[in-house]
Amino acid sequence: MAADHAVNTVLPDEPEKATLEGKNKVLGFWLFLGGETVLFGTLFATFIALRDQVNGGPSAQELFDMKIVAWATFLLLTSSLTSVFATMALHKHNLKAVQGWLVITVLLGLGFLGLEIYEFYHYVHEELGMTTSAFSSSFYTLVGFHGGHVAFGICWITGLIIQSMKKGLTVVTAPKFYVAGLYWHFIDVVWVFIFTVVYLMGMIGGKAVA
Amino acid sequence: MKSRWQLNWRLLSMVMALALVLTGCGRENLSALVPKGPVAEQQLFLMVLTSAIMIGVFLIVMIIFAYVLIRYRQRPGQTGIPKQVEGNHKLEILWTVIPFLLLIVMAVPTVAIAFDLAKEYNNKEAVQVNVTAHQFWWEFEYPDLGVRTAQELVIPAGKKVQFHVTSADVIHAFWIPALGGKIDTNPGLTNKIWLEAKEPGTYYGKCAELCGASHALMDFKVQALEASAFDDWAKKMKAATEAPAATATGTAAQGREIFQKSCIGCHAIGSEGGKLGPNLTNFGERKLVAGIKPNDAQHLAEWLKNPQEVKPGNTMPNLNLQDDQVSALVEYLHSLKVTQ
Amino acid sequence: MSDHTSHAPNRSGLWDWLTTVDHKKIGILYLIAGGFFFILGGVEAMLIRLQLIYPEAKFVAAGTFNELITMHGTTMIFLAVMPVIFGLMNAIVPLQIGARDVAFPFVNALGFWLAALGGLLLNTSWFLGGAPDVGWTAYATLSSNHKFSTLGTDFYVLGLQIAGLGTLIGGINFLVTIINMRAPGMTFMRMPLFTWSSFVTSALILFAFPALTVGLVFLMFDRIFGANFFNPDAGGNIVIWEHIFWIFGHPEVYILILPAFGIISEVVSTFSKKRLFGYSSMVFATILIGFLGFMVWAHHMFTTGLGPIANTLFGIATMLIAVPTGIKIFNWLLTLWGGHIRFTTANLFAVGFIPTFTIGGMTGVMLAVPPADYQYHDSYFVVAHFHYVIVGGLVFGLFAGLYYWWPKMFGKLLNETLGKWHFWTFFIGFHLTFFPQHFLGLMGMPRRVFTYLPGQNLEMGNLISSIGVIGMALGSIIFAINMVVAAKSKKAAGNDPWDARTLEWAIPSPAPEYNFAQTPLVRGLDALWTEKMAGNKGMTPAEPLGSIHMPSPSFLPFLMSLGLFVAGYGFIYAGQWGTYIVAIAGIAFTLLCMLLRSLYDDHGYHIEPDEIEEKGVKA
Repeated sequence: MAADHAVNTVLPDEPEKATLEGKNKVLGFWLFLGGETVLFGTLFATFIALRDQVNGGPSAQELFDMKIVAWATFLLLTSSLTSVFATMALHKHNLKAVQGWLVITVLLGLGFLGLEIYEFYHYVHEELGMTTSAFSSSFYTLVGFHGGHVAFGICWITGLIIQSMKKGLTVVTAPKFYVAGLYWHFIDVVWVFIFTVVYLMGMIGGKAVA
Repeated sequence: MKSRWQLNWRLLSMVMALALVLTGCGRENLSALVPKGPVAEQQLFLMVLTSAIMIGVFLIVMIIFAYVLIRYRQRPGQTGIPKQVEGNHKLEILWTVIPFLLLIVMAVPTVAIAFDLAKEYNNKEAVQVNVTAHQFWWEFEYPDLGVRTAQELVIPAGKKVQFHVTSADVIHAFWIPALGGKIDTNPGLTNKIWLEAKEPGTYYGKCAELCGASHALMDFKVQALEASAFDDWAKKMKAATEAPAATATGTAAQGREIFQKSCIGCHAIGSEGGKLGPNLTNFGERKLVAGIKPNDAQHLAEWLKNPQEVKPGNTMPNLNLQDDQVSALVEYLHSLKVTQ
Repeated sequence: MSDHTSHAPNRSGLWDWLTTVDHKKIGILYLIAGGFFFILGGVEAMLIRLQLIYPEAKFVAAGTFNELITMHGTTMIFLAVMPVIFGLMNAIVPLQIGARDVAFPFVNALGFWLAALGGLLLNTSWFLGGAPDVGWTAYATLSSNHKFSTLGTDFYVLGLQIAGLGTLIGGINFLVTIINMRAPGMTFMRMPLFTWSSFVTSALILFAFPALTVGLVFLMFDRIFGANFFNPDAGGNIVIWEHIFWIFGHPEVYILILPAFGIISEVVSTFSKKRLFGYSSMVFATILIGFLGFMVWAHHMFTTGLGPIANTLFGIATMLIAVPTGIKIFNWLLTLWGGHIRFTTANLFAVGFIPTFTIGGMTGVMLAVPPADYQYHDSYFVVAHFHYVIVGGLVFGLFAGLYYWWPKMFGKLLNETLGKWHFWTFFIGFHLTFFPQHFLGLMGMPRRVFTYLPGQNLEMGNLISSIGVIGMALGSIIFAINMVVAAKSKKAAGNDPWDARTLEWAIPSPAPEYNFAQTPLVRGLDALWTEKMAGNKGMTPAEPLGSIHMPSPSFLPFLMSLGLFVAGYGFIYAGQWGTYIVAIAGIAFTLLCMLLRSLYDDHGYHIEPDEIEEKGVKA
């Protein structure tokens, strides 16, 4: 209700929660992330159950190139930090800073995605395809789902940056920025788990392949 | 502790079984309500115990229910507003605690029996049988006895049988209601279950998990023999496996020729032949053809002429046999006997 | 601000229904879709019982029978009762909490269209080479390998994926609505039980459906991309599907039954003219059932071979659910106790629910005993059990709710005489159909069999069971007639035809598009009853009469769903067509619609006080 007449007035401190629509959006998005947690939890559980089933194909130890993964992790975690700066700028009502930090976030995300695509390309050349083994299926599905989330996030945030150029920072656009920031953090957290469960545990754990 | 349990459940389940037989509870040797072995007896005991408690609860609910509906129905002309009662802590605690106590009564024997049924027996204590389910037939292998058969499981009465069950294609479930509950046959995994038939007899087995078009027709039979008869059967089966009869006479010889040409790729007699279809070493002695029809000349001929008609979706192809070829095959297959 | 319209956009007929974001209209859409699929599922059920009427019957071929059972289960659960539940939730929950709208009207519409088009996609399989035939549980490898199942299973995977997405966002919408949109004074512990159960159900949807999403993705990848999740030859594990399916599937059972509990609580309380006995413990029991619902999934898998430790733990956890459920049964009985019980049709269904559901609960406890379950499992005993719970529990509850809230949704009362015929034919038919099935199962009849052999003592039970179907069909037909009779009736129901207790009865029937001209002030549990007892005519408003902001209708939800609908076919036929272009185009179209939604803000429109007065509506 307040959405319409607040557009031209001074922004409140937490513009994302200034209207009922904004509050609904933020709460709804938190709940959505709860559902996403179950989604990734199921993917992780399946991966853990199947990660030793290499079916004669390459195993995690033989395959993983930790240098690429470390760089990817570095890029994504940095992008998480820059998205925090964007949200902080949002609270200071500084649209230029919001846009700037989000552009950096998107660029870092693109870097991450590029490395991931390179990594997958590399693995396919090492004879690890989707159909190779139960390990490969669950690996590509889990990591690919995360990559898909990153790609969607990049498109989404880019769209927000563009529309904010026209609409400015209002109680209508503020919740969008805030929610996109939540989303970005969420996929970073998921990546931390992927890094630990898939890569680190993949390097040290697992059955030795004869 | 165990013996007291055993005595209790045996007594109770015997009484219940008798009562149920008298009131009609399914066909003998098929029904879970007429147990023919210790596993099914323990399970029936739990079924009777829990249903008795539950029926008790149901009766209490129904008495209150009937009383309330009759006593407090709105009468014509009744006005005013009934007393608005918020709740009653004593009552609410009562109907929280009593169900808990009833659950404990059920939980204790549940745990005891669940662990008893999950025991595994080695080959000294029990006959070992590997069960492999196929769309839509059952393969039984006795690794210690060197015997392989299909569709008719033969076990010694009064002795435990340890089953190792798996599947060659999709999930099926191995169920002989009169002897005990079922276990899934999972492709790629092996499950274990033990059963025992107290008395010699013929018991009915079924597939209990949807497995394709002819899931309903995936029946099998269990022959429980006296221990000595079982040993005899096993010995003869083993001999027949190692040296299957190489000759046949008359029409059967023609049938054998056709079999060697068209059938042996999938069906083995003894150790010769493929494993895609049921092993037919003792086919002449089986009671059923395709697990469902009486094993006589007419039904066997129907099956050979058009397997899909009898069991839709099964993997046996229609060989387009002529009538005389069919009768020769029938003659030959019915001559495949081991124990006589 | 020039883009603000101050009048409702003029839309009528089909265009109005395709673009509406009004929760009451979406509720009606859900009821129509649910009713349509209920008829489909019902016809499937009748064919199933026809085939089983005597041994070795040949009405339906073996393969077709498996399609019928699969589609009957899937249709009834996902496409018939879920939409009816969502229909009632949409129509009633915002009214019960004194809200003008749901939190996300646009998302609400999207949820409906996804569910409806997903269901439609699934059902078109009948005309496109055969329906899925692997059971509604779709166990691998039967479902995961093209060798064992047809293209129908791809329809199952994609149809449920799309419908499930709709359900998930619908669940989020109701959670936020109930948390954020309650009227002043409507504290959590004053919420009517139907709202409470809708709340818990929505939470279960939120945490259960993503598991199904992932399971279906695995199945789809195995079938379409040749992945190996459930392929034992390449290291896959079929038990993973069972776990994932039931981690979703068991909460799903409570997603279904909890709203029925809520309805029964409302109806029993209204028609005995008493407040709900033990309200707090009812709320607590609802939450506890929802919580325990996530802890017990493996009781569907006792015969999978998980071992005695897992089996007994899950068995005992399952038994524990009997405690909160028992609390509910006794609370309902004590609500009736001392009341002035009116046997309206709604209350007949509610009262008929109690013994029927108790039987379903009893067999539920029996099934929770693993060693005994080895006998019950996958037999007709289980079929009897879950039909007692889902038909005898949920469907009775839904009928009670429909008779109860029909006047609020449509402004007309359903005919009581027809209603009583409906109840008795359905009730008797139901018990005739399903009671004998307990014994059929124990006598050795597995479920999902397309026939049985003569001479196994299964004839009598199956015959009675098939005859019972006539009663249920008759009851449903009478209900359909009743709807027509009600629609033709000239008699308006009025605001409060039942002398009821909760907030939805304080406003006109049917509710105006803005629900409450003035947001009401809630001063106690059973908000309207509290005012009645205080001698007030209606609710006290919490705000002065003012301009009401409404969201604009939109065609985008339909278009977004259509994109995914088309993408579904793209994936199903990707193998045959040799291209993913259709799938990609469909998804791209949906994403484009999302972009449009983001770029063009909806400022909505306003309803001014004079318009409210014109419509002759007072708070």
